[in-house]
Amino acid sequence: MIPPLIVQKALACGVNLLAITDHNASENVPAVIKAAQGYDLTVLPGMELQTEEEVHVLCLFDNIDQLNCLQEIVDKNLPDIKNNVEYFGEQFIVDHTGEFIRRKEQLLINSTNLSFDEAFLEVSKLGGLFIPAHVNRQAFGLIYHLGFVPPELDIEALEISRHISLEEAIKKYPQIHNYPLIQSGDVHYLDDFLGVNQFIIEEPTIAELKMALQSVEKRSFQVISRN
Amino acid sequence: MALTLNEITEKLNLTLLTEKIDFTEIPVKSGYCSDLLSCVMTGAEPEGLWITLMSHSNIVAVAALLDLAAIIITEDAQPDQETIDKANDKGVIMLSSPEPNYEIIGRLWELGLKATKH
Repeated sequence: MIPPLIVQKALACGVNLLAITDHNASENVPAVIKAAQGYDLTVLPGMELQTEEEVHVLCLFDNIDQLNCLQEIVDKNLPDIKNNVEYFGEQFIVDHTGEFIRRKEQLLINSTNLSFDEAFLEVSKLGGLFIPAHVNRQAFGLIYHLGFVPPELDIEALEISRHISLEEAIKKYPQIHNYPLIQSGDVHYLDDFLGVNQFIIEEPTIAELKMALQSVEKRSFQVISRN
Repeated sequence: MALTLNEITEKLNLTLLTEKIDFTEIPVKSGYCSDLLSCVMTGAEPEGLWITLMSHSNIVAVAALLDLAAIIITEDAQPDQETIDKANDKGVIMLSSPEPNYEIIGRLWELGLKATKH
């Protein structure tokens, strides 16, 4: 998935808003933003953060500076272990054309030492949107690892995996029925694009997305599920 | 004779994280270990002891829901103060050990504490 191909595929799928959320990483985000310049496609800077409870969370921001701040915190909280390419694959950083720049040395697959609550507070402080990812999955999903959404935290949305419909998810996990639910597909390959979240917003910003998730001020969202 | 929480705490040298109360009258009937809270909710039994390295505040709600005897938090994982306050409020007992799950379970088994009944 090199930046120009991500842009082409998104446009072909009718997607005009996407977020890049690499695992505990963000260094390829600027390349995708640059690759999307001149097209009707907004790229939000983001990250899929793995908390110490092994819960995956999408952290979305308006600008790279906010994301860089989160990356600094994540780097400090990731174990200092080098990637073993044979086991975990390459961790390339590329430019907007997809050309190799360098390898990320620190192993990204680990959990950070940030608790779910700490991660929520850090992302909120930075003005980001914090969405627990594929909450219904046994591996790295919030429901299996933490049992239920921590009621003390003002979680604004949950993401369910591509393998289940919204109705099925709510039936199976009634504890999520009060939360806005999106379905992003956890796109790891070009063929994974779903493009099923539809947001009715004035402009592609985190503030607008938050309003849409709450369905206020004439903003709204819906999942056009393929399941 | 069921084991009491007092015997277990002394023999395993556990540190009490919540308020001190009399453990001599608290029976412990079974043990259960998982770090996935969804599994604990369907797997642990009332008056059982739950061994986990999870320290997120949701553990308090799970223990209260199931009326567990206590939680042993392993590998020195440290719940935050709010979690400890919540546990005191809900009457959930939290104990701590630097040992990993496997070691704690082995020692409990030697004391005669078996798994949950299935």
